[in-house]
Amino acid sequence: MRAPRARRGRAEDAVEGAALPRWVFVPAGLGALLVAVPLLGVVARVPWSQFLALITSDSSVAALLLSLRTATASTLCCLVVGVPLALVLARSSLPGLRVLRVLVLLPLVLPPVVGGLALLYAVGRQGLLGPVLEAAGVRIAFTTTAVVLAQTFVSLPFLVVALEGALRTAGRRYEAVAASLGARPSRVLLRVTLPLVLPGLVSGAVLAFARSLGEFGATLTFAGSLQGVTRTLPLEIYLVRETDPQAAVALSLLLVVVSAVVVVAVHGRRGAGAR
Amino acid sequence: MSRGPRPAALVAAALLLAGCGGSAGSSSPSSAASSSPSSSAAAPVTLTVFAAASLKSTFTALGKRFEASHPGTTVEFSFAGSSDLVSQLVAGAPADVFASADEANMAKVDRQQLLDGRPVDFATNVLEIATPRGNPARVASFADLARPGLAVVVCAPQVPCGAAAAEVEAASGVALEPVSEESSVTDVLGKVTSGEADAGLVYATDVRTAGDAVTGVPFPESAGAVNTYPIAALSGSAHRAAAEAFRDLVASADGRATLAAAGFGAPGA
Repeated sequence: MRAPRARRGRAEDAVEGAALPRWVFVPAGLGALLVAVPLLGVVARVPWSQFLALITSDSSVAALLLSLRTATASTLCCLVVGVPLALVLARSSLPGLRVLRVLVLLPLVLPPVVGGLALLYAVGRQGLLGPVLEAAGVRIAFTTTAVVLAQTFVSLPFLVVALEGALRTAGRRYEAVAASLGARPSRVLLRVTLPLVLPGLVSGAVLAFARSLGEFGATLTFAGSLQGVTRTLPLEIYLVRETDPQAAVALSLLLVVVSAVVVVAVHGRRGAGAR
Repeated sequence: MSRGPRPAALVAAALLLAGCGGSAGSSSPSSAASSSPSSSAAAPVTLTVFAAASLKSTFTALGKRFEASHPGTTVEFSFAGSSDLVSQLVAGAPADVFASADEANMAKVDRQQLLDGRPVDFATNVLEIATPRGNPARVASFADLARPGLAVVVCAPQVPCGAAAAEVEAASGVALEPVSEESSVTDVLGKVTSGEADAGLVYATDVRTAGDAVTGVPFPESAGAVNTYPIAALSGSAHRAAAEAFRDLVASADGRATLAAAGFGAPGA
């Protein structure tokens, strides 16, 4: 009775295997409270009577729409470059792979403000690529492109880490079988590997989207802050907090709700198997 | 065997959490408790000064001077945007002195009845145009900032430097079309020093602090929006005498001289 279940996959192991030691629930509960209590603090401060007016003001709507647009664009950018990166990291045997992995993960530990500065020194007017871009007539700073670039920079590791993990967990057996049956590498990749790791790919993309939505430091440093162009929701929150802390609280709740909706919409639908 | 690890792990988890939470909270109450009964004696006193970010260099110098003339007293600073400092003070942050970059933020603290005595105006600041080193875009006047194609960065109207910029705009009739409205002077200056912006509106003292990285262009219209800096001792202070003494040092002729050297104007001017 247990044998066929156990073979179905790792997700089931915890259910049928040894029970979780009870003490684990104590630190787990404290961890959950650490996140939940501050969120409750925000909810408790929301000026409900003006909530709708605050989140539907011109500047709030502009910031929300810009955030959704840029986070979507940066998630797509992450997919375009992040999927190949994860494949290289998980499946190739290039020399210097360790260095590459550290490099890709670096934005995780880098303070976002430093990330913004780094981008400025790379593609800014006086940056490394500045003269080339200037000659080509391309100006990145103060544009929505800069916001997307900043968000992609900080979000990329989330996608790569999630996907690389999924690729390693999935193993290479099916790929080997497909190849032995004569499938070309591209066909193996598109028909076997990617479908196999789709859940991991989706959670990686959701993480990247959520991170992009919350991006603040790199955007502020690199892109600037102008309504409808570069002032995303987190920047708007930071700014209105100066004069109207209540509006900042209302907008924070909006950001939390939007992020939660995205995460639940994707993860919820896939159920527990998403990992 | 299954019972063994449980209590031990619980204790370990509790210790771990106590450790996590303790480090942040425990230091300030103990220092306040140990020094409160001896505010007038020569026992070591740590004076905590919350000051606007633009005061960093001048107040650090004045703090050293205060420590020299008040042996046993250590002055600790927290420099940040005035409105951030107000949020912290209102939320109960322990501080002895507050120096704001504008009167509006001092008024907020006053309304919460956190002040000891009246605030004293001790300095003023006016806007100045900051350009990247050498002023490559040849900005010579406030009206130049409206030139088409010029990348101008200002503070957002919600923050004091942006409010001042809006005042100057209204008074001079020059309408700017900034490429970015930043949340702080630091962010404006960052865009200028990096060369991304051709010009930015910051305070005269910021141009001075930035040194060689920027070239300043003063303009007469700036007189239309003078920013006044008030300082006050806080009623929650355990060292009122020292707090008032520090306030008085800042407002003294000595303090003025230090501030003037950094580009601040005299109050009431």
